[in-house]
Amino acid sequence: MTVLDRQSATDLPEPFRSWFASRGWAPRAHQLALLERARQGRSTLLIAPTGAGKTLAGFLPTLVELAERPRNRNTPRPPGLHTLYISPLKALAVDVARNLERPAEEMRLPIRIETRTGDTPASRRQRQRRDPPDILLTTPEQIALLLASADAPHLFGELRRIVLDELHALAGSKRGDLLSLGLARIRALAPEAQTVGLSATVADPDTLRRWLVPQNSREESGGDGEMGDLVIAEAGAAPELSMLDSVAHVPWAGHTAKHSLSEIYALITANTTTLVFVNTRMQAELLFQELWHINELNLPIALHHGSLDVSQRRRVEAAMGEGRLKAVVCTSSLDLGIDWGAVDLVINVGAPKGSSRLMQRIGRANHRLDEPSRAVLVPANRFEVLECRAAMEAVRAGAQDGAVERSGALDVLAQHVLGMACAGPFDADALYEEICSAEPYSALPRKDFDDVLAFDATGGYALRAYERFARIRQMKDGRWRVANPMVAQQYRLNVGTIVEATMLKVRLVGGKARYGGRVLGEVEEYFVETMSPGDTFVFAGEILEYRAIVEDTVLVVRSHAKEPKVPSYEGGKFPLSTFLAAGVRAMLADPARWKSLPAQVREWLEIQRWRSRLPGREDLLVETFPRGGRHYLVAYPFEGRLAHQTLGMLLTRRLERARLKPLGFVANDYALAIYGISDLSLAIRQGRLDLGDLFDADMLGDDLEAWLAEAALMKRTFRQCAIIAGLIERRFPGKEKNSRQVTMSTDLVYDVLRAHEPDHVLLRAARQDAATGLMDLKRLSGMLMRIRGRIDHVELDRVSPLAVPVMLEIGREMVGGEAADALLAEAEDELVEEAMRGDHRVQ
Amino acid sequence: MAITACSEVADAADPSDAAGTIALAGAELRLDPAGGLFWPAERMLIVADLHLEKGSSFAARGIALPPYDSRATLMLLAAMVERWRPRAVVSLGDTLHDRRAGSRLGPAERDLLARIGHGREMLWIAGNHDPDVVPELGGVHLPELAVGGLVLRHEPRAGAVREIAGHLHPVARVVRRGRAVRRRCFATDGRRLVMPALGAYAGGLNVRDRVLAGLFAPSFEAHLIGGARTYRLAHHVCAPDR
Repeated sequence: MTVLDRQSATDLPEPFRSWFASRGWAPRAHQLALLERARQGRSTLLIAPTGAGKTLAGFLPTLVELAERPRNRNTPRPPGLHTLYISPLKALAVDVARNLERPAEEMRLPIRIETRTGDTPASRRQRQRRDPPDILLTTPEQIALLLASADAPHLFGELRRIVLDELHALAGSKRGDLLSLGLARIRALAPEAQTVGLSATVADPDTLRRWLVPQNSREESGGDGEMGDLVIAEAGAAPELSMLDSVAHVPWAGHTAKHSLSEIYALITANTTTLVFVNTRMQAELLFQELWHINELNLPIALHHGSLDVSQRRRVEAAMGEGRLKAVVCTSSLDLGIDWGAVDLVINVGAPKGSSRLMQRIGRANHRLDEPSRAVLVPANRFEVLECRAAMEAVRAGAQDGAVERSGALDVLAQHVLGMACAGPFDADALYEEICSAEPYSALPRKDFDDVLAFDATGGYALRAYERFARIRQMKDGRWRVANPMVAQQYRLNVGTIVEATMLKVRLVGGKARYGGRVLGEVEEYFVETMSPGDTFVFAGEILEYRAIVEDTVLVVRSHAKEPKVPSYEGGKFPLSTFLAAGVRAMLADPARWKSLPAQVREWLEIQRWRSRLPGREDLLVETFPRGGRHYLVAYPFEGRLAHQTLGMLLTRRLERARLKPLGFVANDYALAIYGISDLSLAIRQGRLDLGDLFDADMLGDDLEAWLAEAALMKRTFRQCAIIAGLIERRFPGKEKNSRQVTMSTDLVYDVLRAHEPDHVLLRAARQDAATGLMDLKRLSGMLMRIRGRIDHVELDRVSPLAVPVMLEIGREMVGGEAADALLAEAEDELVEEAMRGDHRVQ
Repeated sequence: MAITACSEVADAADPSDAAGTIALAGAELRLDPAGGLFWPAERMLIVADLHLEKGSSFAARGIALPPYDSRATLMLLAAMVERWRPRAVVSLGDTLHDRRAGSRLGPAERDLLARIGHGREMLWIAGNHDPDVVPELGGVHLPELAVGGLVLRHEPRAGAVREIAGHLHPVARVVRRGRAVRRRCFATDGRRLVMPALGAYAGGLNVRDRVLAGLFAPSFEAHLIGGARTYRLAHHVCAPDR
């Protein structure tokens, strides 16, 4: 115990002091700091590593206040909530409630603690509105629902404190947007309430600090915005982090790390409980299977990812909690969640993609603060060796990925504004001001707000055809109210920002059966879309054969195939972070730092330097070479898969226009390769192709527009925005209509809206989403600006060592390109060929 | 490849050389990639399932779809009328999405309709969505039409031949190299034909669906509507949905 601890322990009132003492604990400095800030009425962000007693720190001020509340029967208990706890995970809210009940009980504190999630029975939810507990633990969606009712002032009017757990995981997402808007409303209902944010270490704590307090408009406060206080807990022991230096040959490409399998197994055997993180569900499936192939000791190893059936996931989590498992192979589905004390090793297979995620994952091992967490990185290919090395350096330096700058989503705003109308009539000016007090919306232009309001009312179209069908209307006094009770009903069904891709159940049937059998989990509809009966794929730990689709179910049988036929299943794949990319580039450009790399990787880079060139720190290396009758252009931007895919789409369009006949492209996190029929080296030599022009940032103008017009990803993004904003209803299982004739396809809506009102607020919302998400436009444009005049072209007579990994993706990945008509022409040609074939005659 | 696909008859003199040609029970018909059928011998343009005002029909139920669907659909029709200069235009039913849709047509849409009908016969065949006469459309309303040895009607009749119908909104799906394309199409076996829906918000039924495939001889074809022309595919090249 430090001197500081001993001294401040006296600040803790009874019965807390005795309770801490009875357990042999001393309150930690940050726990007392939070108590102090609360007494001063300050909202505070607490940044603390796992195991630091973060949650107790958040609740301590509430427990103390409630304990000091007069217990006189004659003083009635205040009628509303005292403290609200909001977590991104249902399971976490339930777990925290349980952990909170114990001290409350042991100290005999007169406190009612309850949870409210989607699973809470309707009767209890109704009772909670009438007779709220002191502390309510819940999720952002439940907050939105509670705020959209006339009871909200009664419920929240007396609120003293809001505790936001895992704030770093919510901020910066649409769910976070929704929560921030809810907070703005709660603050309007209970101006005295303090906010406590709990967060893991982040690159930019100021954004989270702004989240906690109402923002003035940016101009007034001089650009910085108001901020809550900041308390940083003492860091725990530095993690023990190493990279598996496999004795086997390090593969050129691929993501399965098969070469390190026996070494991974040995690590699992040697430790108590191991979490094995991978980046995609497909990798999880494959690795899990491979581990069981060599599981001679019959170790209890389980599988956990977001597509598995919920009950199966719960079983794994329960077994983990009871310490019955030796290892779990998992995806980001276990990045967050309740603490498992027994985990003593984290293995990260594949590249970590971002330093913040890696730190989060490492923190899942060992929840005792004073002992180091142990983690081993297992690169699956040569580029990943570089990436792992860069990530290790980042973790040692405590360097986090920078947050992606974004502003609050307009589709979420539309949902919120409708919810506010459901709560009761509102004044547009006042609501606008309230919304601007939320951090993500603090710079919201009034025009955007007005457009969203018009959207909620009548769809917000320039052609004002729907006045008489309005969902919300202006009253005589100028305030807005819902037009009829059905609107509130629709709102309640639609609340939330999580739009799942249409999922199909996977049901294991025997032989020819079409019904019965066990449900293994769910897959995205688009994954099944490209399969034919007889195709095999890996799911839920086995190789399955696709048979048929009946309604919303994929029927499969067990397959005896050794290798799955359909490889690509990318659920949950993250692109390489800008921060790590810079680390990899820096390492490549500086041969002095290669000493720390495995010999094979070093040799690979040496030969690249000798045969071609190394990508410079700020330059863009472009290689052109012929191979097998085709010509290749390989560029190394290191900007992540999403930005590279967008770039590939745009470059192939440009090459097509220049009549250089590209056939397709493939991209990975580090490079992209375009291949075609024309000799690109020759075209560059003859001046017919200028690389400066080809990579000019003006591709983000008309070329981008032309591509977006038919881009499937824009249509998918639009569908999500349309659902969140409440333009179309969510599809609920069972409610789905059978005939496609009556199902409204959002693709058709997108086409019509884009042609007739390209600036509509929903299209703007979709553009904003796609630009930051699926297309990574910001990163792409940043890169194009950076490399202007810095393209380093090398003409080669054959493939370079650095190009091999991306070249190996050809044929493995789906070919890029959106030209649907080309596909139809190809199918038509097959028919012609078949018709013209002279092999036999039918009578 | 030197061979030209059969549906892409290249006739340089024809202003509509993007249109394919098919024979239906002896009649020569041109397939317009916008989704209409031109019958040169009769100088007749045939379209189906415009579902005008489907958007406002949804809006009345609280789903405010963009109110531009009727306009988009009529602009397609207007372009085809411009292209073929037909003597008559026949719409094979479900021209309007519901019985009151006519009264909801906006001024711009009414203007478009007037322009389309100017100087030619407009024949509106009744559909299940619009069984009654719709005064806003003008022209002639009739249950079905027999012309040039063919019958034009809304709903395909079981076992019928020499028939052109709508109602089913055929679409075809093609899966190639890990990608799927789903497009509206004309479906025909050379004896009868089902038209694609023209309506901007009209959904589709897969040609491999029993209801559609059951109408035809086993070796029927789908002519998919592409960006600039139609693509002729044998039914077995088309994939069922999903």
